[in-house]
Amino acid sequence: MSPQSDPGAPSRPADHIDSVEGAPDAASDNSVSQPKLGFIGWIRFAWRQLTSMRTALLLLLLLAIAAVPGSLVPQRSSDPNGVVQYFTDNPALAPVLDGFQMFDVYTSAWFSAIYLLLFVSLIGCVIPRTKHHLEALRARPPRTPVRLSRLAGYTERPLPVSAGAVSTGSTSSGADAAIDAAAKQLRQAGYRVERFDARDEASVSAERGYLRETGNLVFHTALLGVLVAVGIGGGFGFAGQRVIVEGQSFVNTLAAYDSFNPGRFFDDTSLKPYRISLEELDAVYETRNQDAIGQAIDFTAHVTVQGQGEQATEETVKVNEPLYTHGTDVYLLGNGYAPTITVRDADGEVVFTDSVPFLPQDANLTSIGVVKVPDGLEEQVGMVGFFYPTQSELASGAYTSSYPDLIFPVLTLNVYQGDLGIDGGEPTSVYTLDPSSMEQLTGGSTGVDSIELKPGETAELPNGLGSVSFDNADPDAAEGDLSQSVPRFASFDIHHDPSQLWVLVFAILILAGLLVSLFVPRRRMWVKAATRPDGRVVLEYAALARGEDPGLEAAVTAFADRHAAGLSAAEPPHDRDSSST
Amino acid sequence: MTFTLDEISILCVYSAMAVYAIAFIAYAIDLARRSVAATRAVDEAKVPVAVGASAVGSTEGAARPANRAGAAASVVYGRSPALRVGVAMTVVAWLLHLTADVLRGLAAGRVPWANMYEFALTGTLIITTVFLVVLLLVKQDLRFLGTFVTGLVLVLLGVATVNFYVSVVPLPPALQSVWLVIHVFVASSSVGFFALGFALSVVQLLQSRRESVAETAKAVKQNFLATLPDSITLENLAYRVNIIGFILWTFTLMAGAIWAEKAWGRYWGWDTKEVWTFIIWVIFAGYIHARATRGWRGSRSAWLAIIGFSAVLFNFTVVNLFFKGLHAYSGL
Repeated sequence: MSPQSDPGAPSRPADHIDSVEGAPDAASDNSVSQPKLGFIGWIRFAWRQLTSMRTALLLLLLLAIAAVPGSLVPQRSSDPNGVVQYFTDNPALAPVLDGFQMFDVYTSAWFSAIYLLLFVSLIGCVIPRTKHHLEALRARPPRTPVRLSRLAGYTERPLPVSAGAVSTGSTSSGADAAIDAAAKQLRQAGYRVERFDARDEASVSAERGYLRETGNLVFHTALLGVLVAVGIGGGFGFAGQRVIVEGQSFVNTLAAYDSFNPGRFFDDTSLKPYRISLEELDAVYETRNQDAIGQAIDFTAHVTVQGQGEQATEETVKVNEPLYTHGTDVYLLGNGYAPTITVRDADGEVVFTDSVPFLPQDANLTSIGVVKVPDGLEEQVGMVGFFYPTQSELASGAYTSSYPDLIFPVLTLNVYQGDLGIDGGEPTSVYTLDPSSMEQLTGGSTGVDSIELKPGETAELPNGLGSVSFDNADPDAAEGDLSQSVPRFASFDIHHDPSQLWVLVFAILILAGLLVSLFVPRRRMWVKAATRPDGRVVLEYAALARGEDPGLEAAVTAFADRHAAGLSAAEPPHDRDSSST
Repeated sequence: MTFTLDEISILCVYSAMAVYAIAFIAYAIDLARRSVAATRAVDEAKVPVAVGASAVGSTEGAARPANRAGAAASVVYGRSPALRVGVAMTVVAWLLHLTADVLRGLAAGRVPWANMYEFALTGTLIITTVFLVVLLLVKQDLRFLGTFVTGLVLVLLGVATVNFYVSVVPLPPALQSVWLVIHVFVASSSVGFFALGFALSVVQLLQSRRESVAETAKAVKQNFLATLPDSITLENLAYRVNIIGFILWTFTLMAGAIWAEKAWGRYWGWDTKEVWTFIIWVIFAGYIHARATRGWRGSRSAWLAIIGFSAVLFNFTVVNLFFKGLHAYSGL
């Protein structure tokens, strides 16, 4: 940074370990006399503080600490139901935490402030370093120091006798040749080399590992790239969810989604209206391993996809194998049963018939669903259903499911009549029933048993309201085979993220930059043919590390050995033994 | 009576634990002998001990300028039978451990790192492997770290077999991916490096305290630290080990994001495990910056490495078992 500092060295903040201590830049700000700073001075001072290593380090540690609460408290982004539950469980604490944006930590003002400051600090550090590095890439290696013996890995080898013998007191042709050979070998080893001949001493100055700084800059710039790409992707993309029952289909339009989270700049006319039909959902469960009976082995959704004016194509969606189609990614994130329920009024007219998705509650797919019949009966009727794909009875008499596949499917229904609370136009969940203004007719404390149905059965509703049927989806199956009697549903997530590929590209650059910046040693090496007071010419070798370089001294020794061996090989063999010091 | 592969695997784990225990004792005896040697060296201070063939720390001690003579200087510590036994037993335990791990994988018909017990089994195997490889590759004698490595592995294996054990079950659909092989293995490998870096940083702090005391005091009570490399050497070694861990951790994070995109439909969602992976990454990024920051090199950066590895252990145990999230694959 300071004009006096070594031009070949990578530019660093003043408090970097490699920058010259007490360099004018650093000293002027920290000096005891505290010269008066004007406005510009203060700006410069603040900027230098922000871009210093110490600030970057502090912000990094702050970022790590700030990320912790997001793992202790449920987050709206990843666990919205957990947040609702937290408010219920901690009614006093939750609003306070919410005031500190504790349920949205990673989009909160304070978390954003830390990472934005960190990135500003990063930019302030990277830009001057890039400029400096571009200059360094064109610069020549620096002049050979006068006293190599003070440098790291200093070692010497005698100039082979026959070469030294022709020394005329000035630069000998033998020494010249030896330095030329060194320069050639260094160049072959990836060094940038420059010959310097001062005070009649031939020498070569070499530097390598410019890639180290390049990698470092690529790493930091790619971090910025990830941040920008993530921001753009979040702004222009969308994520939607949709449950599809077997045999039903979905057209990619805004209204067809069960829930939809668009980015800030998302334009819903950009949705391509293609159709996905769920033909079949295959679920495979473990049957042999005694330790894992009923554990899910595989889910495969067989779908047909059809764009406007296109042929329908058959595709599959699996966990870990999403379907990429029409610019969107389709993920299979859940599945369950959707019993087909038909409600008839007292005259036998159908007032409701649908396959109702039931939400799984446990690994054996005990599921809960809600049927709402707003019209057609004397009063509005709601039913809370429990579905057991393989029903069994606990010691307490309660039902449970003991296996996730359809072996002995049973549906129980608690019937409510009254006001469903949906006439006011307020959106309500299709998966919950608000019983506050309804009267329970079966199950619970009513003293009337819940309606209990197997596929194909029908039961009367209380109070002569009508009847309810649990339809068998596969009535032609053999006696006792109920494996296809209840349709399944698949819950799909459909995403579009225009910048996902860019995030990946920057991530790869981060990794590549990191590898290069941590493992490529930046080092200088010098070889000099020094003339001793007694007229002897000695080859001196030394090096200087620019940054971490644990192999520096070994590298000098190895080079000296190789160079000396090369020289000896070029000479008659008689002087080989004399080359040990 | 026939055994299933998994039962043989468990027998191998128990055998490995027994051998690790022997190795641990041998390493501990060696440390005790080092203390004795250090004290004796003070008593015979005027007589230079010039035995050192493969003496611990002697190269460093000799290479250093003589200005820090006396109390802080390394004590030459000759051949140690206990140390040799320790290393030999570690190799035997490692072989048993490796067999146990491979058999578990064969029993399950997949890679042996798909639940908490298997993470622990494979993770500890990698810790030992990294230790043995580092012994082979690094020119300094780091065998003194055996006490820490075998101790840690022994404790983790004990906890794993008693508390985490689950029988072989098939993979749930979310884990059926090639990324299970890559992501989890690389994560476990980086833990192996961070563990060694942690040990080096702890010894570095102890050593640096001893050195600063020695600089001011005339007489210092010598202990085993006198036979170990100086704090600068330890710090450099810790740094080299930790940056390998950091690169593997960076890869873990990225591979995890790619897998998360396939399995969960988004590459990053601040799931609790993702949060802690991020925290650990940032701590070690801080460590690397600290080492390059004037005033932070040395003990302060060592503390960051220690905090970083503590976060790794926290992530593996507490986050896996008690935090709610999508990474619910402990099998417990």
